[in-house]
Amino acid sequence: MSTHEHHDHHQQETDSRLVFGFWLYIMSDCLIFASLFAAFAVLHNATFDGFSVKQFTDLPYVLTETLFLLASSFTYGMAILSLYKNNRNKVITWLIITFLLGLCFVALEVNEFTHLIGEGHGPDSSAAMSSFFTLVGTHGFHVSMGLFWMLVMIIQLFVFNTSDAVKRRLTYLGLFWAFLDIVWIFVFSIVYLMGAI
Amino acid sequence: MSTHGLKTLPAYVTGLILSLLLTLAAFGLIAAHLYKPEYIQNMSVAAIYITIAVLALIQLIVQVACFLRLNASAEGKWELMPFIFTLLIVAILVSGSLWIMYNLNYNMMH
Repeated sequence: MSTHEHHDHHQQETDSRLVFGFWLYIMSDCLIFASLFAAFAVLHNATFDGFSVKQFTDLPYVLTETLFLLASSFTYGMAILSLYKNNRNKVITWLIITFLLGLCFVALEVNEFTHLIGEGHGPDSSAAMSSFFTLVGTHGFHVSMGLFWMLVMIIQLFVFNTSDAVKRRLTYLGLFWAFLDIVWIFVFSIVYLMGAI
Repeated sequence: MSTHGLKTLPAYVTGLILSLLLTLAAFGLIAAHLYKPEYIQNMSVAAIYITIAVLALIQLIVQVACFLRLNASAEGKWELMPFIFTLLIVAILVSGSLWIMYNLNYNMMH
């Protein structure tokens, strides 16, 4: 075995152990969302002034948000495939597309929140709205942090090219991004769709 | 290479198409229920709740398999086991909260 192969083998073992650590973080993040979903499920009828999710759910609007996030999950996958081929410029292009799709998602959500607060249905108006804002807001905050992370990775790709460390960080971000899309499945199904019935 | 299965283009395309179909089916069902109930033969509210939940669970499996590439191979088990454990805790946490709070509510009212 050449020294180079030995180095690669060692690198792979370290990488898979580190990725496992990040996976455990993702699993603990699942529990945060589970608590927030439980809180929403318990409180969604505690509307106080009768204003609930049913009154403001706009199906095409939520569907647009969902499609932006789903598309961004797919384009991130394309970035990972380009990373396997060490094609730095393609990785950067796909990351920028993913970033823009994610940004559209966050913009739509911020717009929804500002409208609700402007109309006096902010998190302070009832227990139902508090749990709604906490659940959807925590998800939106995660997505925003993911976007910030993506910007940092684009800069790192410019500076360090596709080094082992950059590849590992992009794997972490990939897990994080796919996880956020999975959480969103439950947000739109439970909060918006079941709320609209 | 991570212990997650290797990402491939066919896996991503399959994941995208299936997720798209499941999402549209869920939104379509609610839209039909709200505006054209006769299209879905005036499905009962309980049946709609169950269908939406099932569609969400199928999409969870699709995305975990196609995007996260979680698998049951010897290497993949390291990630699969904490995942199954987390699902168990999530199920206990959510169903337990609903159960306890429902009972508290019931006993306060009666």
